[in-house]
Amino acid sequence: MDHFPTNWGRPRHEGFDAYGTFPIHQRPTNGPKDAFKEGIERTQQPIVTGTSVLAIKYKDGIMMAADNLASYGSLARFKDISRLHAVGNNTIIGAGGDMSDFQYIQTILDDITTEEFTAQDGHSLGPAEIHEYLSQVMYARRTKMNPLWNALLVGGVKDGKKFLAYVDLLGTTYSASTLATGFGGHLAIPLLREAVEGREDTLTEEEALRIIENSMRVLFYRDARSLNKYQVAIVTEAGVKISESLKVETSWSFAEGIRGYGAQTQ
Amino acid sequence: MPGMVSMTQPIQQSFNPYTENGGTILAIAGADFTVIAGDTRQSEGYSIQTRYAPKVFRLTDKAVLAVNGFAADGNMFVKKVRQRLEWYRHAHAKDMPIRAIARLIQTMLYARRFFPYYVYNILGGIEEDGTGAVYSFDPVGSYEREACRAAGAAQSLVQPFLDNQIYFKNQTPAAGTAFPKHLPLSTVLPLVIDSFTSATERHIEVGDGLEIYVVLARNSTALAGLQSLRGVQEVTGTNDGERVFVIRRDLKKD
Repeated sequence: MDHFPTNWGRPRHEGFDAYGTFPIHQRPTNGPKDAFKEGIERTQQPIVTGTSVLAIKYKDGIMMAADNLASYGSLARFKDISRLHAVGNNTIIGAGGDMSDFQYIQTILDDITTEEFTAQDGHSLGPAEIHEYLSQVMYARRTKMNPLWNALLVGGVKDGKKFLAYVDLLGTTYSASTLATGFGGHLAIPLLREAVEGREDTLTEEEALRIIENSMRVLFYRDARSLNKYQVAIVTEAGVKISESLKVETSWSFAEGIRGYGAQTQ
Repeated sequence: MPGMVSMTQPIQQSFNPYTENGGTILAIAGADFTVIAGDTRQSEGYSIQTRYAPKVFRLTDKAVLAVNGFAADGNMFVKKVRQRLEWYRHAHAKDMPIRAIARLIQTMLYARRFFPYYVYNILGGIEEDGTGAVYSFDPVGSYEREACRAAGAAQSLVQPFLDNQIYFKNQTPAAGTAFPKHLPLSTVLPLVIDSFTSATERHIEVGDGLEIYVVLARNSTALAGLQSLRGVQEVTGTNDGERVFVIRRDLKKD
C-alpha cells in the first residue's frame, strides 16, 4: 500500500486540475529502489589537491619533503598549506591528493594518538603501526567505493629501526628506501634512487638535504602544479622536526637565449 | 531532453577500485616436495613502485601461498586466509591440511563473486599423504590440483615452457624409454630459475628479485641437495616433519 496520497493518481477535483499537475515536482516514493544508487552517489573526485611528496632514508632516519601548495584544478589556490603532519614522536606522514581528505586523516590520526596516550600503558604507536592502520582505513574506504583520495607516505624511526612506506586510495602499499607520490614518482624517483640506494646508512643529514632540495627544484621546473616553497621533515631517534617553509633556488638565465622561453626579440 | 543531466540522479563517476601490479608467480609439485616461487617487483604502469614486495607467503609448514594481480587485494586476502588458519589451529590444535586450505580459499574467493579479489592464487605444499601438491585458482575461486602452474604478467611466457619441460608436451621419449612421472628437485630448481630469468628478459613487469620457497615432505630425499645451495634459508616453524626453505636470487633490475 502506497501511503503517499499524491501518488494515488489524479487529484480529487478534476475541476481545478484536470491533467494531474499537482505541484510536487519530486514526489515521495516508496516504490522499488535502485540498489546501486548509493554506491554511485558517494564516488567522488579530488577538488583541492596537493602534488608530490618525497621521502628518503638516510643515516639518522627519514627525510620527507612536500611543497606548500594546495591547487584548485590548475589554479594555485592555497600557497601556505602544510602537507606534512607529525603523528606522535616517531612518525611523519606526507600527503598528495585531496587536501580535505588529508585533513580528515589528520583528525583520525590525532584521535587514535590521544586514545593511545590515555591508555598510559607504556606503549606508543610507531610508524609501522600508523602505516598499517592507515592502509586498513584506505583499503576499507576503496572497498566501500568511497575512497580517501590521497597518496600518503609514512616515515619514522622507532627502537632504532627506520621505516618508510607508501599507501594510496586503492589501499596499495609498498616500502622502499626512496619513495615519492604523484609526479615525483616519475621525475624525482630516478634521481633519489641514484643518490640514495646502497647509501641509506651513510648519507649525512646535509647530503640528504641536498638530494631532497635538488629533487624539489627539478619538480618545480617541470611540474606545473608545484610551488617553489616547501617544507622538509626530519625524523630521527630524537623526534620529529618539520622545518619552516624553504625556498627553491632557481635559475632562469639559460632561458634568455631560447626562443619561446624569454622575451621575444622578433 | 537528451544530453541533459538530471539534478536528482547523480551522474556516473569513474573510480576504479582495481589496478594491476605486475609480477609473476609459479609452482611445481614433485613426488615429495613442492617449489613455489615469485619475483619481488611491484609496479604500476611503467613505474616500478618497489624492488622488494614479496608475493609468496608461508602459511603453515605444509602450505605456501603465492598471490598475484592487484597487490592491495592480495595482501588483504593473505591476511584473511592466515586469520582463518589461526582460528583453525586454536579450534583443532593442528595445522589445516592443504586440501582443506584449498577449499577454504575457493569459498573465500567465491564469497566475493560480485566484487572479486582481483588476485590469481597458487597454493603449494605437501598433502596429508606426503605428496607434493599445487592448487591453482582464478579470482572467483575455480580451482584444481595440478603438477605445475604459472600465473601473472608472464604466465603466457612461462606456462608453455613448463608444459614442455614438466609435462613433456610435444616431446617423444626415445624408443624403449618413458618420461619420468615426477622430476627431482635438482631438475626443478634450475627450471624455476631459468623461467624467471627468461621472463625478466622479455617482460618489463618481471625482475628485481626472486624468492623460491621449497616445501619438503617428511624424510624427503630432496633435503641433501637443498642444504648445499647458495643462500638457502630454513623457515620451518614446527616439528611436524615437513620443512620449508627459502632461496633468494637477484634478477635483472632494468
